[in-house]
Amino acid sequence: MYAQMIQSTGKGVKSLDEMDPTERAFQERIDAGGKIEPKDWMPAGYRKNLIRQIGQHAHSEIIGQLPEGNWITRAPTLERKAILLAKVQDEAGHGLYLYCAAETLGITRDEMFEALNEGRMKYSSIFNYPTLTWADMGAVGWLVDGAAIMNQVPLQRTSYGPYARAMVRICKEESFHQRQGFDIMMKMCAGSEAQKRMAQDALNRFWYPSLMMFGPSDAESVHSAQSMAWKIKMNTNDELRQKFVDQTVPQAEYLGLTVPDETIKWNDEKGGYDFAEPDWTEFYDVLAGNGPCNHDRLETRKQAWDDGAWVREGMLAHAAKKRTAKVAAE
Amino acid sequence: MDNASLFQCLLRFGDNTLVLGHRISEWCGKAPALEEDIALANTALDLIGQTQMWLGYAAEVEGADRSADDLAMLRDVWDFRNILMVERPNIDFGHTIMRQFLFDAYHHAQLTALSRSSDPRIAEIAAKSVKEATYHLDRSAETVIALGDGTDVSHAKMQNALDLLWPYAGEMFESDDVDAQMAASGIAPDPATLRDAWDLRVRDTLSLATLNIPEDNFAHKGGRTGARHTEHLGHMLTQMQWLQRAYPGAVW
Ligand SMILES: [Fe+2]
Ligand SMILES: [Fe+2]
Repeated sequence: MYAQMIQSTGKGVKSLDEMDPTERAFQERIDAGGKIEPKDWMPAGYRKNLIRQIGQHAHSEIIGQLPEGNWITRAPTLERKAILLAKVQDEAGHGLYLYCAAETLGITRDEMFEALNEGRMKYSSIFNYPTLTWADMGAVGWLVDGAAIMNQVPLQRTSYGPYARAMVRICKEESFHQRQGFDIMMKMCAGSEAQKRMAQDALNRFWYPSLMMFGPSDAESVHSAQSMAWKIKMNTNDELRQKFVDQTVPQAEYLGLTVPDETIKWNDEKGGYDFAEPDWTEFYDVLAGNGPCNHDRLETRKQAWDDGAWVREGMLAHAAKKRTAKVAAE
Repeated sequence: MDNASLFQCLLRFGDNTLVLGHRISEWCGKAPALEEDIALANTALDLIGQTQMWLGYAAEVEGADRSADDLAMLRDVWDFRNILMVERPNIDFGHTIMRQFLFDAYHHAQLTALSRSSDPRIAEIAAKSVKEATYHLDRSAETVIALGDGTDVSHAKMQNALDLLWPYAGEMFESDDVDAQMAASGIAPDPATLRDAWDLRVRDTLSLATLNIPEDNFAHKGGRTGARHTEHLGHMLTQMQWLQRAYPGAVW
């Protein structure tokens, strides 16, 4: 997902009886479906976890601009260029909403950027894969935004108010993202032999990385149990992955594409598809910095940040001068 | 007024927005701050939208069974009619925003006049676009002022950008036969008549930005006539047109 492998306190979930009255009131509010707001008391672990999770999610939105930005200047028609620009602009906006939500927890956007640039904060593994043909713009919208939606829709009900409200705004835009991706795929699959080949190749390369977005199975994880008790994680990784596969396989069939998993089979008993797990060694390699694009993505961000320093400083200096002039005039 | 001239005139409008929109879109994900990233993408998006309208109309006027996309994706350098300034590389944020400001001030004056065009289609496109151009101009002017007046470093960078771009401003106000025909039939203003409004706005903003306007008014030209583009345009087209060239006739 856009936030993967978020470690919570890891001590296991406390029962209400083990909590002091303040924490107990906090937990009961969450259990009752109430929202926690920035000024409310919250356990240090909740705050820390949320900063990591929302921050990682925000970083994913902005790093996620890069693989798609890679094709804006090569979009095949004016309309495709406009749609892709609008989509990538939305992602930057998502980043902005999320950084603002994280800032309510007592961290600044600049601190988060620095943590990202120094490798102390992560972003989703999916954005470390390259976009090699135009069909990848289709596959990213269809699969990557599709997987993101799986996770973000339930997060609209997350316990932290600013995060939940950011998710509501984001979800409104995500369905457009997925639709434009699927629409690209439809055109490619109805197109020339070369276009069909591109479409299949894109699915081949993005299928397993998309499944990895949900993270490894966490059904037994204490971290995950705590996050779920706090309602900052709404479903297990496996639940979401299953839902994604069940939604996507028929769409691939509709497109006339073959999902690159020979073991995929409908399972009547569970009412879903059986499918092969992705290669988790590859996933951990990518997280460790060894994905095909980790280095380039981070370098691009760092370069942008460093190159932009004089601009940010210039703007701040001008704003300060204006304030001084205003005070002097009063 | 003949159709060939009207076609040329529309290419000049559409190629300016196409080429500048493309340049701006190169910033995606790499701007100095998230707000700037969003604003640049927004400007690029507006300009590409305007391109669709201008080149769409140009294609109709030409009547040669070409679409706006054909015009954008399948013409070579010598058939482009944008001014040289918009094809200049981004270089850095300072150059990008200074180029944007110099163009926005012109674009705003031009679209304001075009919204009174005797050609109803042009008047309609211009009326729609001028709202966007007003916003672009406010924003680029504000940014030029902030960075010109900011730190010593940002001031020096903006002065440098202005010095480099100034020789490309004059082309915006060049007139030729096509412009004379357009002006005579009330379709489009003679570009020379836009200079006063532009000068006023530019001088005002640059003075607030504490920047010095270069004294030399030498002007590079050749873009809007297609006589001689810069070397940069060809490279832009190798990207912009690549898919259409590599897979002719494909539907995307
Ligand atoms: Fe997003
Ligand atoms: Fe998205």
